[in-house]
Amino acid sequence: MSDVVLETRDLVKHFPLTRGIVFKKQYGAVQAVDGVNLQLRRGETLGIVGESGCGKSTLARLLVGLETPTSGDLFVQGKNMSNVGAEERRRGRRNIQLVMQDPYTSLNPRMTVGDIIGEPFEVHPDVLPKGKRRARVQELLDLVGLNPDHITRYPHQFSGGQRQRIGIARALALNPEIILCDEPVSALDVSIQAQVINLLEKLQKELGLSYIFIAHDLSVVRHIADRVAVMYLGKIIEIGTEDEIYDNPTHPYTQALLSAVPVPDPKLRGHRDQIVLTGDVPSPANPPSGCRFRTRCWKAQDICAEQVPLLEVRDSSGHPSACHFAEVRDVVHASE
Amino acid sequence: MSTDVNVKMEALAGVDPDALPLQVKDLHVEFRTRNGIAHAVNGVSFDLRAGETRAILGESGCGKSVTAQAIMGILDTPPGFITGGEILYRGVDLLKLPESERRKVRANRIAMIFQDALSALNPVFTVGFQLAELFRKHRGMSRQDAKARAVELLDLVKIPAAKQRVNDYPHQFSGGMRQRVMIAMALALDPEVLIADEPTTALDVTVQAQIMALLAELQRERNMGLVLITHDMGVVADVADRISVMYAGRVIEEAGVNDIYASPAHPYTKGLLESIPRLDLKGHELSAIKGLPPMLTNIPPGCAFNPRCGYAQEVCRKDPAPPLYQVSPSRTAACHFWKEVKGDE
Ligand SMILES: Nc1ncnc2c1ncn2[C@@H]1O[C@H](COP(=O)(O)OP(=O)(O)OP(=O)(O)O)[C@@H](O)[C@H]1O
Ligand SMILES: Nc1ncnc2c1ncn2[C@@H]1O[C@H](COP(=O)(O)OP(=O)(O)OP(=O)(O)O)[C@@H](O)[C@H]1O
Ligand code: SF4
Ligand code: SF4
Ligand SMILES: [Mg+2]
Ligand SMILES: [Mg+2]
Repeated sequence: MSDVVLETRDLVKHFPLTRGIVFKKQYGAVQAVDGVNLQLRRGETLGIVGESGCGKSTLARLLVGLETPTSGDLFVQGKNMSNVGAEERRRGRRNIQLVMQDPYTSLNPRMTVGDIIGEPFEVHPDVLPKGKRRARVQELLDLVGLNPDHITRYPHQFSGGQRQRIGIARALALNPEIILCDEPVSALDVSIQAQVINLLEKLQKELGLSYIFIAHDLSVVRHIADRVAVMYLGKIIEIGTEDEIYDNPTHPYTQALLSAVPVPDPKLRGHRDQIVLTGDVPSPANPPSGCRFRTRCWKAQDICAEQVPLLEVRDSSGHPSACHFAEVRDVVHASE
Repeated sequence: MSTDVNVKMEALAGVDPDALPLQVKDLHVEFRTRNGIAHAVNGVSFDLRAGETRAILGESGCGKSVTAQAIMGILDTPPGFITGGEILYRGVDLLKLPESERRKVRANRIAMIFQDALSALNPVFTVGFQLAELFRKHRGMSRQDAKARAVELLDLVKIPAAKQRVNDYPHQFSGGMRQRVMIAMALALDPEVLIADEPTTALDVTVQAQIMALLAELQRERNMGLVLITHDMGVVADVADRISVMYAGRVIEEAGVNDIYASPAHPYTKGLLESIPRLDLKGHELSAIKGLPPMLTNIPPGCAFNPRCGYAQEVCRKDPAPPLYQVSPSRTAACHFWKEVKGDE
């Protein structure tokens, strides 16, 4: 069996925009995810970065089956999820679990921690007989660094970082191979953020998990990811290994994004190659023709309005980039 | 300083034009709640010079916003009460002024911007009307002049097509644009001090970069003092001159920006620096600070950081809390063992 555990082909999600209450009439669509191809390999962490509204969460929801694609295919362990029977799809879904951003709203306040972590067994009762569930939940609490005796407590009795651990424990309940983290540490303080990142790394090593790690914090993604995909307005515009993206970015958007991240070292002040973009991100309901970044790109030419640049290797950098004029520019200046 | 400012200040008795635009001395704020007294601010002091950027850095709940609210006189009272300290504007203690005088200083000389621009702007009035109102109310301008000034201000904060956008409502602007509008409102009356409470936390990095560049430019032009409240150590490294690090309602370290990053003298500052992932360093170990910050209703005796501190000794668990030791002529740290902490860098 190949070592690709998850794959998408031309995955598309458009949300229809409708007018009228009784006779709904569609007048357009939000192109939230528009033709995404990616592969996740066993045991790796694929980071997905991009600014607010570029489609990261929609992509995550498609991958875990919370959203049905408008078109395109999703393969879990080589099986096309739209062609398999209901039972097989259920098993495929079980293998991918989601950890969400907000530890304050993603947990039901009226359920005990034990019920929250054990809830997946209600949906998939065949995984574990009822009598063994409590022990399993306590084992999971221990695994994520919480006190197993706190099984009867409620979410409000935990801090933000502890709640995120509860979310992780729930995601692990069914022994999935793939964990999808959608901004898992964005709502946490830096000192707590490091605790959760270290926990995710430890679990990956111990359980052989594959991660898709979505975040808008490029420093966090560099730390945790093996490969990185950069999204802009529903499309992946550059993808490569962590080194390729951070040290040799070739797409102007990636370069601008990286150059905007402040580095916690005052000695670098004024020495960074900062690209300040002008203008706002266009609406995904009405994206620009050709290259979607062209309205903010300082390198745009006529061809950029006419032809959609494909995500392919064009220059010596060796990794795919969706820019007609892809070329390496070092914007981060590695410190070590 | 412009003569304009001098003229306005004369109205206020005791103003010393040579004194600092803002000095906070030993500020104490508590919240009297049903679950007990939350000691949100426990003796915060800092100075701000004209043209200087002072960062107030610390994690959620450490008292950053409450400090700002106390300075601005917008503390939620009750349950919040200022129980001690001074807030000096050019030598005059705002806490001792009659309410009307105090309000005048705060409206004209000290302005504030917030993390969430949408909640700070009134949704039912156009942006132009809200800006113009400021000039009408505080400068007695005519409707027409005020409107013209509003357009100028939107232009100043680089809102494209300001003449048209002045008639738009807040919800018609993107997050970054709204933050620009709020900066315009804050700068309208030409303040000497701007307090920015997490001004870019809700924004994307590319937009954050635009807003920080704009703030820096306006600050330089006006020689305005900036108090930047943030938990982002990257932003601080990029713009701050001096830093006050807060923990559990106290300033636990105060120093120039280079000193803090090169050789932190408090274990908490050091822990923060070691726990952040960095864009320019790959694969370095993140050493998390163990445990959680204390409940403010129940701050541990001695040093508030002691349950999480790897350097803690018996003395750290006993009152009084460590004072701010003089680490060098220009920096202080509230740790009994600052020499060891700073030394083993
Ligand atoms: N159910 C929906 N109906 C209509 N539009 C939607 C829906 N869900 C998302 N969208 C739109 O799709 C686009 C992508 O949204 P998405 O939440 O995937 O972005 P994101 O990259 O996760 O952003 P953020 O960083 O803010 O979380 C946005 O323009 C959003 O408004
Ligand atoms: N209106 C209020 N009533 C009761 N307690 C309050 C109130 N406002 C603030 N507090 C308490 O004061 C403490 C300090 O809060 P503050 O908002 O200053 O934190 P902060 O440092 O700004 O944190 P953040 O980074 O999350 O904004 C908190 O523990 C908070 O619970
Ligand atoms: S294709 Fe053209 S507009 Fe798009 S990123 Fe490349 S140069 Fe810029
Ligand atoms: S005073 Fe003691 S507990 Fe507090 S920071 Fe210093 S060593 Fe740690
Ligand atoms: Mg999202
Ligand atoms: Mg705050």
